[in-house]
Amino acid sequence: MALLEPAETEALLLSLRVSSVAVGCALPVAVATAVAMSRRKFPGRSLLDGLIHLPLVLPPVVMGYLLLVVLGTREPVGGWLLHHLGIRFAFSWTGAALAAGIITFPFQVRAIRLALDSVDAGLSQAAETLGAGPLDRFFNLTLPLALPGVVAGAITAFAASLGEFGAIITFVSNIPGETRTLPLAIYSALQAPGGEAAAARLCTIAIVLALAGVMLAEQADKRLRAALGR
Amino acid sequence: MSVAIRIRHAFAGFALDADFDVGPGVTALFGPSGAGKTTIANAVAGLFKPDEGRIAVNGRTVFDTRAGVFVPARARRTGYVFQDARLFPHMSVETNLRFGWRRHDPRASEAEIAHIVDLLGLGALMTRKPAKLSGGEKSRVALARALLSSPEILILDEPLAALDAARKREILPYLERLRDEARIPMLYVSHAAEEVARLADRLIVLKNGRVAAQGSVFDLMSAPEFSEITGAAPYGSVIGTIVAAHNDADGLTMLGFAGGALAVTRLPQAIGTNLRVRIHAEDVMLAREEPRAISANNVLPARIAAIRTDLESHADIQLDCGGARILARITQASLKRLAFAPGDGVFAIVKSVTVDSPGASKD
Repeated sequence: MALLEPAETEALLLSLRVSSVAVGCALPVAVATAVAMSRRKFPGRSLLDGLIHLPLVLPPVVMGYLLLVVLGTREPVGGWLLHHLGIRFAFSWTGAALAAGIITFPFQVRAIRLALDSVDAGLSQAAETLGAGPLDRFFNLTLPLALPGVVAGAITAFAASLGEFGAIITFVSNIPGETRTLPLAIYSALQAPGGEAAAARLCTIAIVLALAGVMLAEQADKRLRAALGR
Repeated sequence: MSVAIRIRHAFAGFALDADFDVGPGVTALFGPSGAGKTTIANAVAGLFKPDEGRIAVNGRTVFDTRAGVFVPARARRTGYVFQDARLFPHMSVETNLRFGWRRHDPRASEAEIAHIVDLLGLGALMTRKPAKLSGGEKSRVALARALLSSPEILILDEPLAALDAARKREILPYLERLRDEARIPMLYVSHAAEEVARLADRLIVLKNGRVAAQGSVFDLMSAPEFSEITGAAPYGSVIGTIVAAHNDADGLTMLGFAGGALAVTRLPQAIGTNLRVRIHAEDVMLAREEPRAISANNVLPARIAAIRTDLESHADIQLDCGGARILARITQASLKRLAFAPGDGVFAIVKSVTVDSPGASKD
């Protein structure tokens, strides 16, 4: 990491941590949501569908503002979380992860839902006649067969998380070492006099990360499909 | 070992109303597509819930609308072989085979597994993924997988329909062996008369959601009404025979049956083996008097049981040959000239006999 200044390394590692936590925590929720959306009809289904897709169409700044209004330490929900559970999202890297997780949630749900829908329902019927119950069928059949979609969704969401700017800066501000992720660091470098070189280095990292992400997704998809016998 | 099926269901523009039993051996559910065959199979397996009715497997009620019983598919112990095999693509052949086996108690023993693997010729395929199997191999794996789940009834839904003629010829002997070995009732869904003629013991003919006819394959396939009910071309007759003698000097084998003996080209089977033979209706000529000096080897005395004359240029005549039923198709002109009537004694000249395989005919 000799190529980077300590503060730049810090921003890179923070970005990776924020994105990993964001995707990791959102993934199980995204799987559950995708299952509910793809298989079941229930009241309020279209409302839920709209809510899930809201971050895709809403300006990220608005998302960040909403989070601040709800989870700020002086707001009812945020205050309750802080006093009773000791959880603080505002102005903390966990808040950045939460914002990134929510913003990229639709990517995950969409990819997983498409993958679940593409699993042949006939296979599930066959498993049923062979004695498999609903959970058994989901974990041994549907989920493994949908795995390429799940992984693709997670990688896309990870890459998008790395680039999240508006929601993070609005909700948790731009605190070096705490919430200053890669895009925020680039922005700060460009604001400072003589920061062009630092900005260029950080941009290069962002490009390399994005490219690696896309290639990784491609490779993972190929290998998983081979393993699944497609 | 039996399954009692009595179901009704109203679809848009189509009503299903079926009432029949499936006993030991192979019961074919026969009829054109859209007759409701697969719907009935799915109802038996628990994959479809009819509006009303009752289904009992070996005396255990698995579905009864009056009593409010619906046993889910996973608890019905139905071995279901789907038309498209439906193997799990991410599992090896062996894992596929053991999928149902692992989920049932009591399980088949390792020796029984080895037997079924051997019976269906799967030994060399165990580590392969389904994507690396041919269509015929997939069907055999699906069959073995269903058998290994220790089912109380085996449902085969057009297992050959997706295969080409060569693959069909490959699978049919396995199915025949299975019929002769398996002790569980088999419900064989098909719209192909030849498969039914080769495999089935009993026949349920379905038309527009209703049972139009049912009976033994030997009686029903040769009935003149058969083609009328099914709308299919008349098939001919299916006869259960036993290898009676070999005549090596003439290169012939004599097959004994209720109506006498049939001479066929020399077969490898031992004397006493049960064989099912098929005779196409077009391959049977009729004579008023016993023909002399004729090249055909098989001339059988018979009595006319029934005549169907409502065909354009042909007449189908069902013969009673010592209890065995043989169908003959002659022209309307011949019928008029010879004035055949039910009860008449005639001679059936059989030009060609198709011998299938060493399948024991459970007549």
